[in-house]
Parts: sequence; C-alpha cells; structure tokens
Amino acid sequence: MPAPIISFREAAKIFPGRKGAEVRAVDGVTLDIRAGEIFGVIGYSGAGKSTLVRLVNALERTTGGAVVVDGTDLTGLSEARLRPVRAGIGMIFQQFNLLSSRTVAGNVAYPLEVAGWPRARRRERVRELLDFVGIADKADVYPAKLSGGQKQRVGIARALATNPKILLADEATSALDPETTHDVLALLQRVNRELGITVVVITHEMDVVRSVCDRVAVMEHGKVVELGDAYQVFSAPRQDVTRRFVSTALKDRPSPAVIARLRARHTGRIVTVGVDDVSGSSAHVTHVLREHGVDGTIVYGGITEVAERPYGSLTLEIVADGAAGDDPRVEAAVAGLRAVTDVVDHGTARDPLDDAAPSGGPTGLLEGNDL
Amino acid sequence: MSTEQLLPLLWQAFLETSWMVLVALAVGGVAGLAIGMGLYLTRPGNLLANGPVFAVLNVLVNIVRPVPFIIFLVALGPVTRAVVGKTIGIEAFTFAMCVMSAFVFARLVEQNLVSIDPGVVEAARAMGASPLRIVRTVLVPEALSPLILGTTFLFVGVLDMSAIGGYLGAGGLGDFAIVYGYRQYDWGTTAIVVAIIIVIVQLVQWLGNTLARRALRR
Repeated sequence: MPAPIISFREAAKIFPGRKGAEVRAVDGVTLDIRAGEIFGVIGYSGAGKSTLVRLVNALERTTGGAVVVDGTDLTGLSEARLRPVRAGIGMIFQQFNLLSSRTVAGNVAYPLEVAGWPRARRRERVRELLDFVGIADKADVYPAKLSGGQKQRVGIARALATNPKILLADEATSALDPETTHDVLALLQRVNRELGITVVVITHEMDVVRSVCDRVAVMEHGKVVELGDAYQVFSAPRQDVTRRFVSTALKDRPSPAVIARLRARHTGRIVTVGVDDVSGSSAHVTHVLREHGVDGTIVYGGITEVAERPYGSLTLEIVADGAAGDDPRVEAAVAGLRAVTDVVDHGTARDPLDDAAPSGGPTGLLEGNDL
Repeated sequence: MSTEQLLPLLWQAFLETSWMVLVALAVGGVAGLAIGMGLYLTRPGNLLANGPVFAVLNVLVNIVRPVPFIIFLVALGPVTRAVVGKTIGIEAFTFAMCVMSAFVFARLVEQNLVSIDPGVVEAARAMGASPLRIVRTVLVPEALSPLILGTTFLFVGVLDMSAIGGYLGAGGLGDFAIVYGYRQYDWGTTAIVVAIIIVIVQLVQWLGNTLARRALRR
C-alpha cells in the first residue's frame, strides 16, 4: 500500500459556540489519503467536511489530534511556517473565489507572484496552464465576463500554478450545471492522471463521488462514519446516511408506494435483485430464472456505474407459465436468486410481504423463510 | 467693495480652501485607510483578529466621528497646540481637519472592506500569501471602486469642514462668503462662492464616478 500523503490522526476542530455551546465541526477523524488517488469526502452540509479539508492546508487549525501532510506535521506550526506548506497545496472553491480586479491571466499568475517567480517565467507558466485547462483565449478577460465553468477552469489553473502535489476541491462543482459539472470533473480526472496530483474532493453530490472517486469517506456530525473503496462503500452501504446518498444517485429501488402500485399492476411475485460486482450480475439472474423455468419481467429498476463498475438493482415480476398464484417453481426461483445476489421479496398482490430492508442480504433471507 | 478689490481676495480664499482640502484629503485619506484597514483586519474572525485592538479603534472612531466639527475643533485644542505649536491659523485648522477626516474615512474604508467576499481572502491565504500581501494585492484592489467613491464622499465632507475655517483665522471660501457676502448683505458675492463650490463638487463627483466605474472591471 502506498504511503499516505495526508494523514489525519484523531484530528479535531471544535469551535467555541455562544453560551458555551461548542461546535464539534471535526470530531476525532483518523484517515489516510494515499498519494495519487482521488479521494472523496461526502456528507450533508454541516457534516464538517469543509472544515476537514481546511485542516489539510491549515486554513483552520486543529484543536486536537494531528494532521500530517506529505511528511510535515502541521500541528503547532506558525503562520509563517505554514505559508510554504499552503503554497504546495492547490485549492478550488464552490464560488471560485477569483480576484475580480485581475484578468484571467492575472489570477493564474497570483500564486506565482506569491512564490516569487520572475515575470518571464510567470508569463510562460500562465500560458501553459491556460492551455491545459482549455481557456487560453480568455487570458485578458476579467472574471465577471466568464461563465461558471470557465471560472472554475481558471480556479483549477490557478490552483495548479505552483505544481502542487495535492489539489483540494471544496464543493467545486456545486454551483455548476450538470453538463459543466461533468466537464470540470473530467478535468479533475486529467489533473489526477496526467499530472499525478492527489485530489481531495469535498461534495454533497453522490454523482461526483460516483464518477471520479477511487475511495470515499462518508461524514456525519464531524465524524467519518464509513470509509473505503468507493465501490464497496456504495454497493454495500452500512450507514443510513450512505444509503440516502446512494438513493440520490440512482432511484433503482422501489419505494413502498411504488411497490403498492406494482402489486396492483402485476399479479406475480415481485422481487428486487441487486445487480453489481459484489451481489451478482444480471447474467446470474437470467440464468437462475431459466433454470427454474419461470419468466421474469422487469417492472422497475436501474443500473449505473460507481467507480466505473456496474451498480444498481432490478425489480422483477416472476411468474410460472404466465399463471398468477403460488407455484413451487416461483418459490424455488426466489431461493435460487438468493444464492447469487441479494434479494428483497415483496411477495404477491394476494400475499404481500412488507420487506423494508433496503439492501436485502441476510435480512432478506430471514424474511423469505417465514413463508 | 468693488469687484476689482474682491477678485484677488476670492482667489486668495480659493487657494486657502484648496490647500486645506487637499492636505486634509491626503493625510486623512492615508491615515483613514490605515485605521479602517486596522478595524477590518482586527475584527474577530478576520485575518489579524485581535479583540482589544479592534475595541479600542472601534470606540475611538465612534467617539470622534459624531462630534460636530466646530466643537471637535475646540476640543482638540490641546492636541493641536502640542502638534502644530499653536491653536489658530490655517495649519492648526488643517490639522483638526486631518484628524476628523481620518476617522470619518476609517469607517468608510472598513465598510467597503467588509463587503469583499471573504472567500477571495481565503483563496489568497490558501496560496500562501502573507497578511501584508493580502492587504496590498487583494483587499485594496478588490475594494478600489468603492474606495474611490468613498474618497469622493470624503472630499465633499472635507470641503464642508473647511467652510468654518474663519473661526480659527484659516480663511478659505467659507470665510470669504461670510465676511464679504453675508455680513455686507452682498447676496451676489455669497451666490458666486456658492456657485464655485457647487462646480468644484460636481467636477470631483464626476471624476470619482468615472474612476470608480473604470475600477469596477465589469
């Protein structure tokens, strides 16, 4: 396993609140971010993710624990000693935070001025950066004349100016429309792959994590409640908050109201089967249905990609010989499905099962057995 | 008095007013920018947050600013004597104008700075910029347009202060209007001074608006 480039050790940030009611924005986080990965931190607003990312470049100082960045323990470093550390970490923002008094080129040149680059080298580097992010033609334009996507490109060029090892993206796409979001995410992926920069993405949008992150931490109330490979975390969510995020990206699982309508429309056995790398593929499902001589009609569902691997679920109406009602073959087929993937059994219109377990697994098995 | 007698006196008064106003604008502007910047930077949660310093500056500005200038002039007497060496004359009067305009401008500067998006300051910090550099390359340029308008506003305020220069024997257009206009029941002379002041204010306001618009970059 590669060495971590960012290490949180029981890191805490507690803000003194009014009347002694302190706010535990970051509450004992231990976390390693590996060099070269795109790491996502997802959480609802107020979860502490923006504060967490600001501990990395010490825009916020820890009140407990430690943060080690590229071998440097930031704890207790003076402001003056922190400045060079910050200069080695790029950051982009939701509201872009460009200087309105400077042109695009002037904004990109700013960190180079701070770092003391001579004028000629600055000009050359700015041109190079604007080429990389694809807005070389806007060099002499003021930010007020740019679209949101163009502003974020300037932000990225500015953040990359001094060849940082780390890029922090704080809700970088949250103010952008979906298409522009896609472009900016693609650019962040290029930054990661072509320049080898470690990218830390802070977001409340499941789509962002889904499309670019290798690993992810889910935050709630200042704590990391789930951590791991993005695919593992989202294909088998263990926490409610994670499940809620998963459901925002893909409304593949029917709600109780939808199940009620499905039962009204379809007389057969209604089951939801997971389709992903962990639970099982749709090929397995097809195979099981054929083996038991039953028909499976897809009545609901969806399959998408998380971390470039398939993820989703399908809800099927299972009937034997086109006839409604109990049939041992249907029963056997459901049992067969349980062997290859996670299954949520909704029963039939006549004999409904109130199966609330959102992702099946062992819970689904138990409920399937009470027939 | 005849026009031939009045014209040189009017010119003299115009020069006195110009001197008072320009000195007070320059000194008060620079000092006010410093105090206002200090207020902004030391405000809790800001770049150089410092409760005690902020409280002192804030109270000082709040004490000085609302005092009517004619009373401030008298109250500042001992300080004026200590600094200028006398309490009457154009130098003593201009000193008081500088002090008052500094505090008036300080509040204007602070208010303009507060309206800057804190995110821009944070971005500069994230790039490793020092507080002094942020003042120079972020705060002043980003607030330049309102600062120019603030200076225009200060010009009018300082011109207003200069009108009572006659109380300390500092002369100026205000004194001229009172002595040769009002007290002589010479409405024509008073009207001419008023017209001159209106023209000056209009010109400066136009200049300020033009520069501010150019600095806005929109």
